[in-house]
Amino acid sequence: MKRRSFLKGTVASGMLGVAATAGLLTPKMVLAAWPKAAFEAKDLNQGMELIMGSSDTTESNKIKVKAPDIAENGAVVPITISTSLPDVSQMAVFIAKNPVPLCSSYDLGPTTMGFVSCRVKMGKTSDLVAVVKSGGKLYSAKKAVKVTIGGCGG
Amino acid sequence: MAKKSIRVRAKMKGDVVEVKALMTHPMETGMRKDKKTGKKIPAHFINEVVAEHKGNKVIVAHWSAAISKNPYIAFKFTGGAKGDAIMISWKDNKGESASTETKIG
Repeated sequence: MKRRSFLKGTVASGMLGVAATAGLLTPKMVLAAWPKAAFEAKDLNQGMELIMGSSDTTESNKIKVKAPDIAENGAVVPITISTSLPDVSQMAVFIAKNPVPLCSSYDLGPTTMGFVSCRVKMGKTSDLVAVVKSGGKLYSAKKAVKVTIGGCGG
Repeated sequence: MAKKSIRVRAKMKGDVVEVKALMTHPMETGMRKDKKTGKKIPAHFINEVVAEHKGNKVIVAHWSAAISKNPYIAFKFTGGAKGDAIMISWKDNKGESASTETKIG
């Protein structure tokens, strides 16, 4: 009995800790709300319009999309987007054949480089499209990734 | 008791600060079914990650559940120096959050 109440107490203080952290974070975390509509758009161009303001992009060989040619596990596909384009304020990653193509978007600070690495879920073989906002204009590059086992748990 | 849910490494490479962070999070899409009950496991994923250095937001990531479980992120910026503090925080769609501070090495 004593152990149970001890454990209950520990869980409670753990929760308090999380709540306190959340509370402390709240002022700093008042950023633009999560762009829900963009993350629900089933059409890639629509998603791009919603997250970057336009779907008008120019293909650029100054953007490198690094990803495996064949992803053995679609649930974890490591990708790196890098660009030598100047004045990059935003980068976004789209997985063309995912149910919702927009996967992630990054707002970069003024001294942040046009470089981001992350790991994504791909439902099936698809193009990976990187869109970069440089000097206010959109540029893109893509890479086809073959997926042998889909990443949505299906 | 709480496992540290963010591990960060920030290193100077010349003038550039290279940051790598690994977070612990299920990143549930909401499309998976519980095999026992047949019901869909509700979506539970980090939707925002912020990195701050000297009060400036170095990067703000908006994520969907298409980011893999136990997410990883790496990015680079200039203007930092060894010993500076970097804070990485995340927030998820259930309102949970976590943050950690590390020094640039």
